[in-house]
Amino acid sequence: MSTPVDADRLDRPRVLVIGVGNPYRRDDAAGRETVRRLRDRAPHVIATLEHDGEGTSLMEAWQGADLVIVVDAVSSGVAPGTVRRFDVRSEPLPAAILRDSTHAVGVPDAVELARALGRLPPRLIVYGIEGRAFDAGEALSPEVERAVDEVISRILGDVQVEGGPPADA
Amino acid sequence: MSRTRTIKVDYLARVEGEGAMYVRVRGGQVTDVQLRIFEPPRFFEGFLRGRRFSEAPDITARICGICPVAYQMSAVQAMEDVCAVPVDPQVRALRRLLYCGEWIESHALHIYLLHAPDFLGYESAVHLAKDHPAIVERGLRLKKAGNDLMTLLGGRAVHPINVRVGGFYRVPTRRELVPVTEQLKWARDAALETARWTGTLEFPHYEQDYEFVALSHPDEYAITEGRLVSNQGLDIAVREYDAHFVEEHIPYSNALHSSLKDRGAYLVGPLARYNLNFDRLSPLAREAARAAGLGPTCRNPFQSIVVRSVEILYACDEALRLIAQYVPPERPSVEVVPRAGTGYGCTEAPRGILYHRYTIDDAGFITDAKIVPPTAQNQKAIEADLRAFVDPRIDLPQETLTWQCEQAIRNYDPCISCATHFLALRVDRE
Repeated sequence: MSTPVDADRLDRPRVLVIGVGNPYRRDDAAGRETVRRLRDRAPHVIATLEHDGEGTSLMEAWQGADLVIVVDAVSSGVAPGTVRRFDVRSEPLPAAILRDSTHAVGVPDAVELARALGRLPPRLIVYGIEGRAFDAGEALSPEVERAVDEVISRILGDVQVEGGPPADA
Repeated sequence: MSRTRTIKVDYLARVEGEGAMYVRVRGGQVTDVQLRIFEPPRFFEGFLRGRRFSEAPDITARICGICPVAYQMSAVQAMEDVCAVPVDPQVRALRRLLYCGEWIESHALHIYLLHAPDFLGYESAVHLAKDHPAIVERGLRLKKAGNDLMTLLGGRAVHPINVRVGGFYRVPTRRELVPVTEQLKWARDAALETARWTGTLEFPHYEQDYEFVALSHPDEYAITEGRLVSNQGLDIAVREYDAHFVEEHIPYSNALHSSLKDRGAYLVGPLARYNLNFDRLSPLAREAARAAGLGPTCRNPFQSIVVRSVEILYACDEALRLIAQYVPPERPSVEVVPRAGTGYGCTEAPRGILYHRYTIDDAGFITDAKIVPPTAQNQKAIEADLRAFVDPRIDLPQETLTWQCEQAIRNYDPCISCATHFLALRVDRE
């Protein structure tokens, strides 16, 4: 899988936002929806990628980026729409809070595997959006809709603070 | 010794999809074994009805992120069967090449990240990676070689989109195959090393008299086509599948259980292919198998990790052979005119035979679809293994026994996402 990191801006920190999830399992698509809207709101500014969450290809995808932000759906029993942010360089990702991956190697495994192999990006932030519904379907729950917008604002903040000012923003 | 005990794993780790295991022991004997598949059923067969015949490869590829090529290949074969489409030999070769990529990718993932930790006493690939980073890196790089081949021929790494009924949308030039050729040469060496390494692992002493079922082809190690054969006399054309195999609902599983009529459980996958088609492996693969301690037959499912290594080696070898002989076909595909009828397809997915059957009408709309994935076919064999494996080991400490049972399930590289199937909802009320 090619890494859609803009090679023309090598002087700037390379930022990649990855939205993980299944587009046909309602709130599980929260991560994907985040990067879709981010693309609409800030086109050509931040490299984005929609991903199914298979861990080993996730590790491939973030190779070469300086700041990686992963957005995934969470099912931990708190109020739907709750947003949690993890700075993965300084703390392990609590495997139990991310929605059970149907992949043998999921997002938390990818993070820890990358850590063990010295393949973590210099900065890695994971946002978890608590979902309400994970059955078959495409619409997000209203709380998750709002959470997606909140995460987008926070990502834009992260990019300002940690990734340097985005070009042309 | 406890006379009554239960071995239970509520959430099986290191398998694709969501499943559980339940083994019940009473009076020192195994009385019940259940492999429970509870991933929500996926209504693919119903969903296909009313869609165009040409959509089947791309729709069914969505069933599995690990083996989408298998779904595409069985689907195109069935549709080309019903529409009587002649397949260009170079298109056939390219499909086989694409399939080699999927075998490499899928087997590398299973060997290094899912199965090896069992043999080396690690809880997970992460723990393995901390102590043996070079081994895990080799596995990841091997997997990537398979992925890159799939990306080149399939259009993208996950859910390839380049295969169509009648051929491909676009075929590569010879020059485009050069970078992947260099990668495959490295992969072939790494696969040799993998076979050597897995051959040194310690395997529980356990053998069963399985009925192995696989495709068999006179001239090649069957991947994309062949007759369905077994070591107990089965030898049929793919279109005769339904006359010999049955599927049934089991209350505790969302996946249908397959069996051979009047015979019962059978085993599909690397072990079956190896036992039935050993003599059609490349000389290099056969030699590596022998060096790793395997004979031409292998009835110990724990050694499937060695067999998978041999198959990766074969897939690299075969891919390089196919690339060396490749001449781009004049046209990437032929025009396909739908005609009413039923078509049959069966190919060797990494985990074993994947059967598709479609009926379409004159306008090319699908009126009926049937898909039988390998893991559904292996469920009975997995349960029989658990039963036979646990019986002489009942006195082992709970933790050890549970670990070994999980390992016995992982021998099959079960893909529960694939196996999940429509289950009729039944409510019993007095």
